[in-house]
Amino acid sequence: MASDLREGRIVIVGASLAGLRAAEALREEGFTGSLTVVGDEPYPPYDRPPLSKQVLLGLAAADATGLPMRRDPDAHWRLGVRATGLDPLGKRVMLADGESLPFDRLLIATGTRARPWPNPEEAALDGVFTLRTCVDAGRLAERLAATPRRVLVIGGGFTGSEIASACRERGLEVTVTERGPAPLVGALGGTLSKLAAGMQRNHGVDLRCGATVTALRGDANGRFTGADLSDGSHLDADVCVVALGAVRNVEWLADSGLAAGPRGIACDAGCRAFDMYGIVSDDVFVAGDVSRFPHPLFEYQMLSLEHWGNAVAQAEVAAYNMVNPGPLRRPHLALPTFWSSQFGLNIKSVGVPAFSDQIVLAQGSLEERRLAVVYGYRGRVTAAVTVNMAKSLEYYQHLIETAAPFPPAPGAADRPAAAELTLPSDVPDPKGLSHSPTVALTGHLPDRRLTVVRPD
Amino acid sequence: MRIVVDLTRCQGYAQCVFLAPQVFHLHGEEALLYDPAVPDDQLERVRQAAAACPVQAILLGEEVSAGGQ
Repeated sequence: MASDLREGRIVIVGASLAGLRAAEALREEGFTGSLTVVGDEPYPPYDRPPLSKQVLLGLAAADATGLPMRRDPDAHWRLGVRATGLDPLGKRVMLADGESLPFDRLLIATGTRARPWPNPEEAALDGVFTLRTCVDAGRLAERLAATPRRVLVIGGGFTGSEIASACRERGLEVTVTERGPAPLVGALGGTLSKLAAGMQRNHGVDLRCGATVTALRGDANGRFTGADLSDGSHLDADVCVVALGAVRNVEWLADSGLAAGPRGIACDAGCRAFDMYGIVSDDVFVAGDVSRFPHPLFEYQMLSLEHWGNAVAQAEVAAYNMVNPGPLRRPHLALPTFWSSQFGLNIKSVGVPAFSDQIVLAQGSLEERRLAVVYGYRGRVTAAVTVNMAKSLEYYQHLIETAAPFPPAPGAADRPAAAELTLPSDVPDPKGLSHSPTVALTGHLPDRRLTVVRPD
Repeated sequence: MRIVVDLTRCQGYAQCVFLAPQVFHLHGEEALLYDPAVPDDQLERVRQAAAACPVQAILLGEEVSAGGQ
């Protein structure tokens, strides 16, 4: 049976990080059959994190972030064509060019796209951008290089903050609007969001929290000229970047019968897709940002992650499970981890900071801009965030994986007096933020309002 | 040739910055920025940097050449 699974036809829909790493891993695991990778963008797999950093700073070209291969997956690449449907019974993927691809096993890794500005006419103004693809990044970098008088960034999540950071480094005036009380508050909670707000203001960002943009304005030539804010004021700007979070690319699965919705496609810990009745499929797998999977460390709640590391780890598990029979299959249990660099700080996180009720400042201090914050939920460690202390993160990862008690025992040499003091983690309801969360717990906890169901 | 650095794994030891300063830079104390497109005259230095990385976070390789339609 195992040898049968190493033959046949595998189709991967999605040609970004998860799709590429899965293709490589399938060959690594001995798959010798035909492998087809479908991608809607006309480019080979490329890396997205540099788009909001090196590319906007002018240190790398937008079309030069192609991902290196670990090995040639010997795949047939169908790039620049969108998948439009899935027939799970006939086992075919329909493509926008009218063709359909038969498969024995399918991996869905269609990821996300930028959430657009809700008013299409305003979004179409010249000077209004989103940032997700290399084309977006190339256009925005070009516009920033032309030294606009002011850039408006809508949304104070990670992408919005990184864009603001790049603008300031280029010497550009920038305004950030965020509906919540501070930038990054949804991902990091109250205490670190104050550090983020201070960091932005110290670097000259005009930060407007508790404010939303009510309308984008343009001139007679269709050029963006500024925005109206919810406090009644008007802001003049030449460039607007809409950083409202991501939308999962699941529309093509609407008639497939799979459990696909705004939070992604539900799958089991082995990356096998659920159908809408909660029955697991044996031949349709999911990986990357588009997936939604249960994690035992977070009470088996379904996690939706927009993390680089998760795309890689989950793709490897999905590929392994696609070519190995049931009893040999592996679970995807990797802890969520991410990083962001902005305003010269290296912010790294492990675990799920939103899954917390208390925090403690375990190392360093806000003043030093160098610290480790540990998050706990009901007396156990569930997450940690470091700022310019990346080497400490591994230690806290171990605490999370072993469900260590919170607050953590003393151990670090640079333990501040504040480590005695637990504070509320102060993670707000994501509904109150401008941008959608990059980590979402989409299960149900009666005492926590962590589920956002929005009728998109 | 292209590189990608697994910044989940990177701990800011900065060995790459010493070995290939034209490709890798520290932004602040430990945030790594790098040029994903490696110029030919930097290849050997980048190979050394990848080998020297204490957490083996640097991947150097060819990008996919999409031959098939």
